Amino acid sequence: MDFRVNEDQEALRDGLRSFCEGRFPLDQLGALATKPFNRAVWRELAEMGVFALRLPEAKAGLALGMAEAVLVFAELGRRLVPGPLVWSHLAAELIPGAASGEVVVGGLDRMLPSSDPVLVESLDALDVLLVLRQDGVRRLDPRTLRAEPVATPLDPLTPLHVVSELGEGERIAGPEVAAQWRLAGGALVAGQLFGIAEATQELATAYAKTREQFGRPIGSFQAIKHILADTFVRQELARAAAYAAGATLDHPRPPGGGGADAGRLGREAGRRGRRTRERARLHPGARRHGVHLGNALPLLPEAQLGAGRAVRQRRGAQRAARPARRGGALRGPAGVWIGP
Amino acid sequence: MDLRYSESDEKFRAELRAWLARAVPEQGPPPPSHDWPARRSYDTRWQRQLFEAGYAGLNWPREYGGRDASPTEQLVYYEETARAGAPYVGVNFVGVLHGGPTLVAEGTAEQKARHLPRILRGEEIWCQGFSETVAGSDLAALKTRAVRDGDHYVLSGHKIWCSFAHVADFGEFLVRTDPDAPKHRGISWLILPMNLPGIEIRPLPTLAGEGEFSEVFLNDVRVPIENRVGAENDGWRITNVTLRFERGTAFASEMIQLQQFLVELARIAQRVTRSNARAWDDAGLRREIGHIAGELDALWAMVKLSVSKSTQTGVPGLEGSALKLYYTELYQRIVELGMRLLGRAALSREDVGGLPSRLLLHKALQSLSLTIAAGSSQIQRNIVAERILGLPKER
Repeated sequence: MDFRVNEDQEALRDGLRSFCEGRFPLDQLGALATKPFNRAVWRELAEMGVFALRLPEAKAGLALGMAEAVLVFAELGRRLVPGPLVWSHLAAELIPGAASGEVVVGGLDRMLPSSDPVLVESLDALDVLLVLRQDGVRRLDPRTLRAEPVATPLDPLTPLHVVSELGEGERIAGPEVAAQWRLAGGALVAGQLFGIAEATQELATAYAKTREQFGRPIGSFQAIKHILADTFVRQELARAAAYAAGATLDHPRPPGGGGADAGRLGREAGRRGRRTRERARLHPGARRHGVHLGNALPLLPEAQLGAGRAVRQRRGAQRAARPARRGGALRGPAGVWIGP
Repeated sequence: MDLRYSESDEKFRAELRAWLARAVPEQGPPPPSHDWPARRSYDTRWQRQLFEAGYAGLNWPREYGGRDASPTEQLVYYEETARAGAPYVGVNFVGVLHGGPTLVAEGTAEQKARHLPRILRGEEIWCQGFSETVAGSDLAALKTRAVRDGDHYVLSGHKIWCSFAHVADFGEFLVRTDPDAPKHRGISWLILPMNLPGIEIRPLPTLAGEGEFSEVFLNDVRVPIENRVGAENDGWRITNVTLRFERGTAFASEMIQLQQFLVELARIAQRVTRSNARAWDDAGLRREIGHIAGELDALWAMVKLSVSKSTQTGVPGLEGSALKLYYTELYQRIVELGMRLLGRAALSREDVGGLPSRLLLHKALQSLSLTIAAGSSQIQRNIVAERILGLPKER
């Protein structure tokens, strides 16, 4: 067992980090809001391997695993990279052109028919819309959908449409693929959320060292220290959980740290991280630096996969409830049995 | 980023699991928590079993009778002993986990030969005499005096929060040997035989009730000079050497036990009734338990990350503070959940209606100390903020 990020993984992470820092400088994020989606940049992300990461070399992929994918998505989260990243990554194995970035794939997780509003992110940019249903993955043509733009989306970088009628579409994969995507998607979202938490923590910590009140840096006051210490601890938990989700999906043998749990912790970190961002929001240059985006963004990936709150509640109870329903037990970490 | 245990770790696990399957049933259930003579004999009997099977002193060097287990083998050990419901280290705690390792690192050949085998075999119980009423978070402010008189030190002072003092044979005591030196430089580390004249032990009743803590009064206690470990006035450095042995595994054992405890709470939830339904039928409760299980998963992953790092560097990282901070506060939330599950049965300190009130109440009351002991949560936050995040010290 060596749970550290290894040298190859560090190189991959560093490459993505410098790419994202070059393409998505924080002080220009605000400018992105008028036209957040850029196909040329999307192709560059594809060239960096963001979508083809887990495809075999025969399919022009990098043949890497979920551990690496989680690291990559943490970097995307750190720079609030816009676009349907998770869906296009998941779709790379099924939709020709998704891996190379020529085809932009978005998605929805709608397990059951429901009267809830159908909200689709980045619809104008999409070539393919995938919907996870109970019977598997369905493919729709986003250009044929009747949709109205939402005037004020939560995230200025993520345009939003309300689709009035979502057709059945063509079934292109079975329920086992949909189930696998939910797991993998949960881990990727956890990675993104961890990245956002880490980046906002760094901003807030740096600010607390330089901003002065009463003639000294505010970071010397315990009131500030303790907030940053708490958010740091949650960030580190989210890191461990997201990494564990990736490593466990690659090698399912050691129990614990499954996708759902890591996703839950990633979201938890995002929510807890808001307090970090409140520190960052005090920054006089917050608007200019696009820091305010960080306040809303963690809510987005949370809602991306699964139908928001209901799924969160289901996942939360899943682990505890499942053994009762099946009369069995679910393996927790370290071979511990959770549930009766 | 690989969580798989090696083949040799798995072999270690298989052997340990097979041994525990025999040894734990033989050991039987623990005695009542207030019966200290019985507890001492139960805990030392288990230590003897561990010794004979080759599992005592898991992280001690082989030349002193230990197993010299790798950090991952230690994690396997904690996982398997928790899974098997094996006894905890109990009254052997200070000797096996603190005093013994200190002697390994800093003791003389005579001190090692005298104490280490007996600690490992469960023949010698140790207690700790560090804290004083005036020295808590600021431990180096301690005032207990040790004055040279020929080949003896004469001790006078008052120690508090001494775990297991009333069943201990020896104590690791920090005393001031140079009152004029800066506070960290005038302290020495002594082995104190607890049967010397002038030692008075008064049990400290706590909310938990059963007197694990004592205060120890030292009235002109004469201790031979050769009982000093390390150089005179070098005691502060010596108190810190045991950290080297932890290598990131601090709290690992407790965390695994907490996972086991959560399983127990899920079982209780199946049995108790709330508002005409089983507590377990409440989706909110199941969600809460599921959420906590996820947090424990993440903590365990964080332990593995910490162990992986310290295996390479040889020293535990600062993330120990982060782990301690989160773990202890999560512990308190879990025992609160347990109290809610017990409902009115939590009014009794003894088991009622087949519900484990005694265990749950003990854990709940004991847990209040966790965020204070071994560096309070506030101190841990200061450490995280100043040493990890690099924020300026408060003036």
